[in-house]
Amino acid sequence: MISDARPHATTTSADASTARDGRPRPAVPGRGRRRPLSRSQTHAAWLFLLPGLVVLSVFVVYPMGRALYLSFTDYSLLQPPQWVGLGNFTRLLHDPQAANAVKNTLVYAAGTTVCSVALALLVAVFLNRSFPMRGLARTAVFLPYITSLGVVAITWMYLLNPDIGLLSYWGRKIGIDPGQGWLVDPRLAMVAVMAVGIWKYLGFYVVMYLAALQTIPRDLYEAASLDGAGPVRRFTRITWPLLSNQTMFIAIIATVTNVQAFDQVYVMTKGGPFFRTETLVMMMYRVGFTNLQFGYAAALSYVLVAILALLAIVQVTYFNRRLVRY
Amino acid sequence: MSTIAHADVAPRSPGGGPGDEERTRPADRPSPRAVRRWIAALVALSLSLAFLLPVIWMALASFRTSRDLSVFPPTLFPREWTLRNYGQIATQIPFGRLYLNTFLFSGTVTVVSLVLDSMAAYALARLRFRGRGVVFAAVIVLLLMPFQVTLVPLYLLMNTFGLVNTVPGLIVPRLASAFGIFYMRQYFLSLPSELEDAGRVDGASEWRIFRQIIMPQVRPAILTLTLFYFQSNWNDLIWPLVMTNSLTSSTLPVGLALFSSGEHNINYGVVMAGSVLSLLPVVVLFLLVQRVFVQGIATTGTK
Repeated sequence: MISDARPHATTTSADASTARDGRPRPAVPGRGRRRPLSRSQTHAAWLFLLPGLVVLSVFVVYPMGRALYLSFTDYSLLQPPQWVGLGNFTRLLHDPQAANAVKNTLVYAAGTTVCSVALALLVAVFLNRSFPMRGLARTAVFLPYITSLGVVAITWMYLLNPDIGLLSYWGRKIGIDPGQGWLVDPRLAMVAVMAVGIWKYLGFYVVMYLAALQTIPRDLYEAASLDGAGPVRRFTRITWPLLSNQTMFIAIIATVTNVQAFDQVYVMTKGGPFFRTETLVMMMYRVGFTNLQFGYAAALSYVLVAILALLAIVQVTYFNRRLVRY
Repeated sequence: MSTIAHADVAPRSPGGGPGDEERTRPADRPSPRAVRRWIAALVALSLSLAFLLPVIWMALASFRTSRDLSVFPPTLFPREWTLRNYGQIATQIPFGRLYLNTFLFSGTVTVVSLVLDSMAAYALARLRFRGRGVVFAAVIVLLLMPFQVTLVPLYLLMNTFGLVNTVPGLIVPRLASAFGIFYMRQYFLSLPSELEDAGRVDGASEWRIFRQIIMPQVRPAILTLTLFYFQSNWNDLIWPLVMTNSLTSSTLPVGLALFSSGEHNINYGVVMAGSVLSLLPVVVLFLLVQRVFVQGIATTGTK
């Protein structure tokens, strides 16, 4: 599933090649020294590309274009698509349910992303120290990432059941009363699906933070300690600024993942109670595959694209201004 | 369970020279440093239990009777144990069939996509040809597109091919991935060019260079992508949910989700037994290759 947070390889994994034989990183072929374009290489290149590109063209590029076309039509499988111009988009602007879904998506994405990044940083700094059982904790925190959100959401649903759910019961004992139930109360249901989303993806971000923490030179901390800087100052003056590139990267991945939230919402609340947890993808699923309004669903999917593009631009400009270079 | 911790290269505890405190203390009194280590261990243990709680509860609940599960107050440990849930799961939903479908779906996608993505990535990283920049830019654009945009048209496309409600219909659109091409390309770029120059001098074909010289060099990347593809398709919910309308052509997450939300009185012990069995292959695969996998995603993004 592409909506998963995924390992983005922006590095060229230089360490992988230098580590092996200690030689410096080689030049990238094709840049630097100019070799003439050989005809046989061009020929081979297109043969290598062909199968992959055919699959991507038919099953990604064509559907993307088709979705754009469908977003200007009315289509329900019964008759050919009827061109309605901007009809779906004007309907979208006046549809309180669409506004609700956009709002829910933004609330979910903002809350989950901020909590995930903050918690991941906290856990990573903690797990970067050396102590017994650190390995167990790293594995435990990461494990939810490889479980099926749709499957574990069933367990979460049961744990949060107001009558016989273990977590509801324990919560009541320490004074957290979910009232009618976590997934029934309109104010709490969103909190519950957000918590499950954070639980699932946190380990992925922790691992990314741990990798970045290991690149911070140790002597910086030693020098700061000699100068009398306490743990808090060492964190705010060394760790946090030197992690800001990674924080941006993690925040972007988390946002992209969270804007596409669907699995646990579908299993735990189906968008309810009273549409309070209906995200954009959830609404798209309902409009498209329950109501069979494919044109309107396609228009909703492009709202998702627009939101993602907008958020990416905002995040990149925001973090670029305070980017740390070293 | 081996550790995710790849070597202890981290700055241990910022500040405080390791070890010298202990020497200045009497042997029978634990040093503050040792005390701090054990407090940290305790915190780590609680953190682990908190994160594993849903999975632990799921595993324990799969051995509970339905009466035990519905009696107040709820408990973590079973009051009575039973193995019947595991026997019943296959009688309540076509569990074997779902398992096979999920395996075929994620297994086929993983193998084929690895091959096609690596081939395309090899061309983009190691071969010079006109149009390379354009193709790579297109791959980046596809990488940024959310899958859901293609959901409706893909379903309609599969409908015209008559592949809705079939396992091949699930598989075909996933046989190549822009992300995989991008990931492998980055990895190929890091290899020294002498590798294939030697092969070219010897007159080896590009295919042989790719198969026998380049691919063996990128085993960590292949392992990481294998687990990544396998788990993301094994765990996927929305695509099989849209594509199938009967349990016999569906996958485990969809089958369990539909079963657990069925209107009849469901036995949660049975659902939990199914959940445990459905998580097992991915968890086992992860524990086998976790060191490589975690490094594979950890090295991305830094720099």
